[in-house]
Amino acid sequence: MTTTTAPPRPATTRKAAKTSTRRSQATAGYLFVTPFLLVFLLFFLLPLAYAAYLSLFREQLVGGTVFAGLDNYVRALGDERLLGGVLRVARFFVLQVPIMLVLALLAALAIDSGLLRVSKVFRVGIFIPYAVPSVVATLMWGYLYGRDFGPFAQLGHAIGAATPNFLGDGLMLGSMANIVTWEFTGYNMIILYAALRAIPTDLYEAAAVDGASSWRIAWNIKVPAIRPALFLCLIFSVIGSFQLFAEPQLLQRLAPSVIDSAYTPNLYAYTLAFTGQEVNYAAAVSFLLGVVIVVVSYSFLFVTNRRSRS
Amino acid sequence: MSRTASPTDRRSNLLTLGMLALLLYFLLPLFWLVVSATKTTSDLFSTFGLWFSGDFSLLRNIHDTFTYDGGVYGRWMLNTLAYSVVSAGGATLLAALGGYGFAKFRFRGNNALFGLVLGSIMVPTTALAIPTYLLFSKFGLVNTPWAIILPSLVSPFGLYLMRVYAQDAVADATLEAARLDGAGELRIFFQVVLRSLAPGLVTVLLFTLVATWNNYFLPLIMLNDPKLYPITVGLSAWSSQAVGGSGSSAELLALVVTGSLLSVIPLIAAFLMLQRYWQSGLTTGGVKE
Repeated sequence: MTTTTAPPRPATTRKAAKTSTRRSQATAGYLFVTPFLLVFLLFFLLPLAYAAYLSLFREQLVGGTVFAGLDNYVRALGDERLLGGVLRVARFFVLQVPIMLVLALLAALAIDSGLLRVSKVFRVGIFIPYAVPSVVATLMWGYLYGRDFGPFAQLGHAIGAATPNFLGDGLMLGSMANIVTWEFTGYNMIILYAALRAIPTDLYEAAAVDGASSWRIAWNIKVPAIRPALFLCLIFSVIGSFQLFAEPQLLQRLAPSVIDSAYTPNLYAYTLAFTGQEVNYAAAVSFLLGVVIVVVSYSFLFVTNRRSRS
Repeated sequence: MSRTASPTDRRSNLLTLGMLALLLYFLLPLFWLVVSATKTTSDLFSTFGLWFSGDFSLLRNIHDTFTYDGGVYGRWMLNTLAYSVVSAGGATLLAALGGYGFAKFRFRGNNALFGLVLGSIMVPTTALAIPTYLLFSKFGLVNTPWAIILPSLVSPFGLYLMRVYAQDAVADATLEAARLDGAGELRIFFQVVLRSLAPGLVTVLLFTLVATWNNYFLPLIMLNDPKLYPITVGLSAWSSQAVGGSGSSAELLALVVTGSLLSVIPLIAAFLMLQRYWQSGLTTGGVKE
């Protein structure tokens, strides 16, 4: 602390009092943030560092665990199963996230527009799936997709049409995208809706008086104003897509020939660690997956920042 | 409610219809779940999925769900409740203390530390789960409730929300007045600040509650004693028996369906009852920047 040497001037006492409150303020501030930071250190940074550490070693049948430098990473970068999983979730992201975010945005704009009857019913109804665990959502959709007693198959059977095999090789990713869309559209909608409510009304009331249509107001005024919230949704979606786990893990039982143990990177890391006992390699895979997500997120941040500045 | 109400009735039937279609998509699977929970396993296969069968066996299904395998389902329910209430309560308190600290106090490293936490939002939690498991197994924490609760106490997004919220909702003048009255900082926090943070608190509480309630990956790797399972891992175990087996374990199917329905009721009820709070918490605190 360098604030103790105050020159002797008429206002010294006041200044000293100010300095001391500032210092006690700082102490209090530290006290308030310490509990969070302590837990953050122990259960976030420490496991992260431990993963980095573990990833530098290798188990051997003879000689136990030995230092391996970056060997695990070299292996991971050349691992076709991992690469296949990463590309699959990337494809999933490209397929699913635009649909989900457009639906969420449209729903949020519709509810915010004041053009709907019973808008509260829509707001709550669309949001409810978020409160359903992904395990339950996947079990449910798994049955709905199913050929045994899924209603789609029953309906198809009743009218004599063949229902597509939702859990077959061709449609699996799309079926999974549907489950995730069902689960998280409402969540994104609520975030966007909250942001819409925070826009000062005078921003678009003038436009409404000038006769601008609701569509134009939505597109030209509201959407640009909630760009930060849209970006937040996008980042959460990057994270969600790349660490997909529960959905493929549960659907694997219904379609073991379609979903292998490396269907998504996370499923692969899980299999490596708990079935293959390749703990060190699993740590490297987890770490690398984290890096991929951070890089993708930051590149989105970079692109959107540049675009909004120009 | 309608803030943009104008003299003429601006309501649009077309838009309402479109939204109805969307609503149907989101509610239909849940309707299927309710209908299916009233059926026996054989009716699940033999009757149309989206309507009730003649044999209404919801009560028997509920009874069977709670008594199967020595009443393990009730235990899972209680485990889930305990894990998520303790985790969410703890995470919310930590986020409130921290968010208030970052928002209202000047100290060295304030921005840097907050930036560090904010950056961590992008680190996927499941990438952390495996190293956390390995770390916990060194300290004998694996296969205990702590293995679920401790990692769930960290909520970087909760801290972020609370900081933004505290910035606006807590008036500096109120703090000054309380300090002049000689109140200690902790007393000010618990008696003055917490009250103005209430909507933000409910928001963070509900969202961390959902995160723990719905968590699957962490308990799946941390726990191997079925008595400690939360409901997600338990249902998954039942469903894998139901899919794999035949004969008596096929009867499990009706229990998986009924158990699924029962497991989603508490959270949906909480969201419906508390919607006034969490929605205003998101609006004022959340995502405006």
